[in-house]
Amino acid sequence: MTQEALVELIVKAILEQTQSVVAPAVKDYNSGGLASAPTANPHTSARIGVGRAGARLRTDTYLQFRADHAAARDAVYNDVPAELLQQLNLPEFVTQCQSRDEFLTRPDLGRVFNEQTNKAIAAHNPQPCDVLIYAADGLSSKAVAANLENILPVLTESISQQGLRCGRPFFVKYGRVASMEQVAQLTGVKVVCVLIGERPGLGSAESMSAYMAYAPTVGMPEARRTVVSNIYSGGLNAVEAGAYVAEVLGRMHREKKSGVELNEG
Amino acid sequence: MNLTTTLHGKSFTFRDVKDVLARANEEKSGDKLAGVAAQSSLERVAAKQVLANLLVSDLREHPVVPYEHDDVTRIIQDGVDEQVYAEIRNWSMAELRHFLLDTASTEAMIRRISTGLTSEVVAGVCKLMGNLDLVYAASKMRVPATCNTTIGLRGTYSTRLQPNHTTDSVPGVTASLLEGLSYGCGDALLGLNPVNDSVGTMTEILKRFAQIKQEYAIPTQTCVLAHIKTQIEALKQGAPMDMIFQSIAGSQKGNEAFGFTTQTVQEARALLKSHGTSRGPNVMYFETGQGSELSSDAHYGADQVTMEARCYGYAKAFAPFMVNTVVGFIGPEYLYDSRQVIRAGLEDHFMGKLSGVPMGCDCCYTNHMQADQNDVENLALLLAVSGVNFTIGVPAGDDIMLNYQTNAYHDAAAIREVLGLKPIAEFDTWLEKMGITRDGKLTELAGKPELIFGR
Repeated sequence: MTQEALVELIVKAILEQTQSVVAPAVKDYNSGGLASAPTANPHTSARIGVGRAGARLRTDTYLQFRADHAAARDAVYNDVPAELLQQLNLPEFVTQCQSRDEFLTRPDLGRVFNEQTNKAIAAHNPQPCDVLIYAADGLSSKAVAANLENILPVLTESISQQGLRCGRPFFVKYGRVASMEQVAQLTGVKVVCVLIGERPGLGSAESMSAYMAYAPTVGMPEARRTVVSNIYSGGLNAVEAGAYVAEVLGRMHREKKSGVELNEG
Repeated sequence: MNLTTTLHGKSFTFRDVKDVLARANEEKSGDKLAGVAAQSSLERVAAKQVLANLLVSDLREHPVVPYEHDDVTRIIQDGVDEQVYAEIRNWSMAELRHFLLDTASTEAMIRRISTGLTSEVVAGVCKLMGNLDLVYAASKMRVPATCNTTIGLRGTYSTRLQPNHTTDSVPGVTASLLEGLSYGCGDALLGLNPVNDSVGTMTEILKRFAQIKQEYAIPTQTCVLAHIKTQIEALKQGAPMDMIFQSIAGSQKGNEAFGFTTQTVQEARALLKSHGTSRGPNVMYFETGQGSELSSDAHYGADQVTMEARCYGYAKAFAPFMVNTVVGFIGPEYLYDSRQVIRAGLEDHFMGKLSGVPMGCDCCYTNHMQADQNDVENLALLLAVSGVNFTIGVPAGDDIMLNYQTNAYHDAAAIREVLGLKPIAEFDTWLEKMGITRDGKLTELAGKPELIFGR
């Protein structure tokens, strides 16, 4: 072998070696069928087909997850906008909870009001009525913000069309479902409905529920409550839900019962 | 029995054993809600000090729910090995703690002593442990169990694949299931939480699980977590079932609130053994979680750690294949933040193992808690180090049906790679055969179910 041939061989070897060292640096980290956004599966909204980065999530999947969690957290921790309540002409009554944290850790305090608020709630509805509807933030202010202005007019209108007297609605801050027991007692209204924000998932933070009961009393079994849930644009839309809930409330008033008893006819 | 101590010049006296146990707990929002928590940090430590000097017999003789009123207490008390108990009844709780931590205490020695402990003793010693103590002591103990395959052997770390769907759609569940398998999840269980608690729904899903398991020869277990009575009915009608699930509580009253009695569990277990599709002998799957007794007013003024320990004492009587503490599902009124959730996860795993049940943990959180995905990744890693039998896997950590978050399908693969742990042996072989893993690491095929399963 000539010296030239030897040099050529060495150069070739070095080049090959360099290439193999360099190669990973030019690997396309967007490749391998993992680059594209997750292919939507027609059968599920689960986060599948997301690919991976090693044994971890891809950056896009990771950030989408973080964004959805952030939105859900904001729905829990933020207040219902004061402008919305003004626009709907709803006075705000606060339960015995002093803060969002206290609301989250003390469900017992989210069901009751102080003496002064008790009086104000009673004074807000001095005239006798058949059905009382109010809203509460519950675990998602976003659900209230997204649905209340659509559901409330339909509801009150449909109640009136049934020849029933609908009380003046209001809003309860830091309110739990079981605040309805207190509200019924304070106002003397038999059929009570609370429109409340549900605990948000990552998919949507806008889901609202309507909990209803006939003559609710403190300590009653949960089975006496009727619930219509999943009220939001991706589930039962607010307008349809309003008509349906009004119909259930009408039945409750006629048959003087609610919950499991109402279902049993 | 001395219920008084002096700490930093201040004297503390506790009402009874139940009071000491409650106030000795690490801070939990659920104990505050129940009105049983320590009133100050100093009182918490004073209670721990009193507890450390109580004897094993003091705790055994003062169960937090009376023997006469409660079959959970009776099952726990009657299950104690009296000979072993006689050897340790005069140990102080501090001595018991030292025994568990002692380098010279082998797994066999600990296993033997554990047969002489009631759940109050298990909870008591847990309250004297720091987080690393809980990891250290738990890592000595393994509790294997066998259904179709054997879970919980040293060096393994398994997952329940949880392919939940908002409407129980079979194609939807199948898509999530295959995705999970393609990441190496599901060696503990393919297990669905149904939306619709009916025989029809659960049978349909179970048949699909059985079909996939058979088609690809997957060595694992399947289950649909409907109510125990629905499962009994499905089993009678011939649904293919490897095991039976139920959520349990630490008191009879709590179990009644869940809608079953001990007799129901006995019936279910006998039926599964005669009509089930698994080899056994371990055919039960129980779920627990701190705070569930308080939520049904069935806690008898006791703290949530002690009530949780009683779940494990009860579960042990039915020789389960899996016990799963769904640690962060119940909400911030019981476990406020990630600190409390991580602590509870470590406590539950330690207490479960010491009670002798094959323990796993759903490291999870809801969106109204002060916790996030980082926290459940931390907890899963801590538990894998502690030797947990299994954790959960869902698509990218998001359970679209239960509206909460737990570990992602990806997490188990990452943890196995980092810690050198393996799935259950037969499943590991299956993963390599299918080309999902090579030498324990994910391959290029992993995460591409359409290429692996051709569907």
